[in-house]
Amino acid sequence: MKLNAKIPSGPLAEKWSLYKSTQNLVNPANKRKFDIIVVGTGLAGASAAASLGELGFSVKNFCYQDSPRRAHSIAAQGGINAAKNYQNDGDSVYRLFYDTIKGGDYRAREANVYRLAEVSNQIIDQCVGQGVPFARDYGGYLDNRSFGGALVSRTFYARGQTGQQLLLGAYGALNRQIAAGNVTMYTRTEMMDVVLVDGVARGIVTRNLETGALESHFGHSVVLATGGYGNVFFLSTNAMGSNTSAIWKAYKKGALFANPAFVQIHPTCIPVHGESQSKLTLMSESLRNDGRIWAPKEKEDAEKIRAGKLKPTDLPDEKRDYYLERRYPAFGNLVPRDVASRAAKERCDAGYGVGSGQAVYLDFKDSIKRLGKNLIEERYGNLFQMYEKIVDENPYVTPMMIYPAAHYTMGGLWVDYELMTTIPGLFTIGEANFSDHGANRLGASALMQGLADGYFVLPFTIQNYLAGQLSVPRMDPAKQPEFNETLEASREWNANLMGIKGSRTVDSIHKELGQAMWDHVGMGRNKAGLEEGISKIRQVKDLFWNDVRIPGKADAMNVELEKANRVADFLELGELLAKDALHREESCGGHFREEHQMSDGEARRDDENFKYVGAWEYKGPGKEPELNKEPLDYEFIQVKTRNYKE
Amino acid sequence: MDLKLKVWRQENRKAKGRFETYSLKNISPDSSFLEMLDVLNEQMVNGNNEPVAFDHDCREGICGMCSLFINGRAHGPDEDITTCQLHMRKFKDGDTIVIEPWRAEGFPVIKDLMVDRSAFDQILQAGGFISVNTGSARDGNNILIPKYKADESMDAAACIGCGACVATCKNSSAMLFLASKVSHLALLPQGRPEAVRRAKAMVAKMDELGFGSCTNTGACEVECPKGISLAHIARLNREFLIANLKL
Repeated sequence: MKLNAKIPSGPLAEKWSLYKSTQNLVNPANKRKFDIIVVGTGLAGASAAASLGELGFSVKNFCYQDSPRRAHSIAAQGGINAAKNYQNDGDSVYRLFYDTIKGGDYRAREANVYRLAEVSNQIIDQCVGQGVPFARDYGGYLDNRSFGGALVSRTFYARGQTGQQLLLGAYGALNRQIAAGNVTMYTRTEMMDVVLVDGVARGIVTRNLETGALESHFGHSVVLATGGYGNVFFLSTNAMGSNTSAIWKAYKKGALFANPAFVQIHPTCIPVHGESQSKLTLMSESLRNDGRIWAPKEKEDAEKIRAGKLKPTDLPDEKRDYYLERRYPAFGNLVPRDVASRAAKERCDAGYGVGSGQAVYLDFKDSIKRLGKNLIEERYGNLFQMYEKIVDENPYVTPMMIYPAAHYTMGGLWVDYELMTTIPGLFTIGEANFSDHGANRLGASALMQGLADGYFVLPFTIQNYLAGQLSVPRMDPAKQPEFNETLEASREWNANLMGIKGSRTVDSIHKELGQAMWDHVGMGRNKAGLEEGISKIRQVKDLFWNDVRIPGKADAMNVELEKANRVADFLELGELLAKDALHREESCGGHFREEHQMSDGEARRDDENFKYVGAWEYKGPGKEPELNKEPLDYEFIQVKTRNYKE
Repeated sequence: MDLKLKVWRQENRKAKGRFETYSLKNISPDSSFLEMLDVLNEQMVNGNNEPVAFDHDCREGICGMCSLFINGRAHGPDEDITTCQLHMRKFKDGDTIVIEPWRAEGFPVIKDLMVDRSAFDQILQAGGFISVNTGSARDGNNILIPKYKADESMDAAACIGCGACVATCKNSSAMLFLASKVSHLALLPQGRPEAVRRAKAMVAKMDELGFGSCTNTGACEVECPKGISLAHIARLNREFLIANLKL
């Protein structure tokens, strides 16, 4: 398949303006004739549904939770980037663009990332307008903090609950459109499949999670804003219900899946406590502003700490190894996430870990001494409380224990500059697409991308598509055979799952998949391990389809069936993820191939052979997917080796 | 830890509910409460029984999806947390734990421990927002907000919409929920133009949906996982009073 990213011509800084001034628009009277389906109500979905509603489109918005306000964007803690340069520290749109491209290890498109940086400032204004209570300084001006991979302070925040506040802003805008009748909201509803009519996306089939009823919905266009697939690892920082099913079903209908191997392992999560662990809790990257990461310098001290014979607070500074500051003097504790995660794993694998051995310390001792406990409490109070409730230790006194965990997925459905997938009429926004973060996402950029796509990009680009659809009437799903066929296929899929009547719970199988992913397709990958991983994933998939047990009925509320549907898709995605990791014979961003590293353990990227987006095409059940390549041409910046040392 | 659980089971909205008793063995005190329920459900499925339905999602205390009345308290015995942040170390070996859904007319039970909280969405749709179209906002720093006001607004905005306040109130009043939104927006200059209309519309919607009146008993403040203060209800009352004088 020939991939056309549809990047507008012209100088980098003018591409988006040129696009906007020449694209096709839909006139106000015609907008209400168009139905648009938006699946998901996170930052991307809610902002898109609200903005499209404001423009006058007739929007149907879906979420699996009981309220749109609960989408997992709500859990984002640290902040949102924008190139305001309010701190007068040398920030600019270009610098934000450059940091993002570099942070992504040169595996993202220049034009997309520049547009992202360009609209970042408008996002802050919009959110302030909505009443997002961003942190202010004493003069009443907006405050900023620093995040990894940047040398400026450009992160706007609302305590440790920035995602919550931004989502509540978007949810408010959405509520306003629901009240105005422009958006119809469907809660506790999960998308089962996308409906194509003559190869064009025209709707979706859903399952009402309360009644189990399958339903069809028509839209002139379908927008997926369904988030990432981090739960393929079972243990991740994602919400329990976060899943890949919507984008996976779209993949199986012909949308290409790009860079599935690019997964972000977040360096600062609370370590695993035991067998019954159901998820991992993130401790915001913002903590690295004031916290220092260390492991004991001597192995015997690490052993004593693990055995409970030595307290970390009793270990003097000269016996501590602040390994990020040691290895990366220029960025120190604020190196990008992939770098920080690998460094923690390296220390623990070498025997310097604390806790269970799979943990390092994040210590606030020095900042508390410098700034006082009150200021630290004001900045991070809710995070410290969260930590204390989970671990039962007071982080003001004892350093936090942290370890990396699966967090965010840079990969996703391939989209062009207009955010449309390879299926005409099917758009994908937010974490669900692959577009802006390359091989590694910088902190505070996920919120920026979700809102950029939803508020300021999709509402324009979708019109360029819809303008050509005026002659397409609203379809009645009951009279359109494609809808019934898709609905029947979903019914049969559920019946097959229910019919297995095996002996294993869905969760127990999901845990096996997660273990295989973490062991073989996690932070350190190599050829033999990936091959073993693929074979293990296949075994777990066989186990699932032969031995899963789902009590209850398909046509009533059935939580086990919901989970089984999600795990069935994770099992297929997991294999593709491992295949992508196997084919990419280089180390870049979150993808680290042990065969490809420098003598000092840093990643070795291979621009000559892998400077492309790897987009996989589904070829049918049991067949090998086909790799399509979108070459990445850097016209405006020079591609370099990332260096956070000097 | 070994535990006995008395759990509310109810087939659907219309069915009659009942308590069922289950035994659990070897629960780790480091497990969260919901992880303990996961273990129960594994046991149920392995015994070919239908697992207990309960709402949950983020499991880090922010999405507001989890609920549960545990031993007669919303979100259980610990302070300032949601059920998903409650850990088993707060219980003792051999304890009997009673688990019920939120009980309120405004929150009908859907199944077992799940309730329908869509009334909260409806209250906010009545006016819990600032009317600003995408693209029309001015520069964020053109609106100066004193730090103490921004902080107080943030205190109110921390509401996660879980419904503990309603479930715990003897009148099933949604006043704390409503007040947190009114207060969050009324404290900010951007929220002032609609402050009066907002308070009036939201209170009217709350009454219409069958929530009770506030009699200042303060139970909501005690059980609120985000520690939202009763003072916000006072601010709501003030806005509401002005609304009735002006409009």
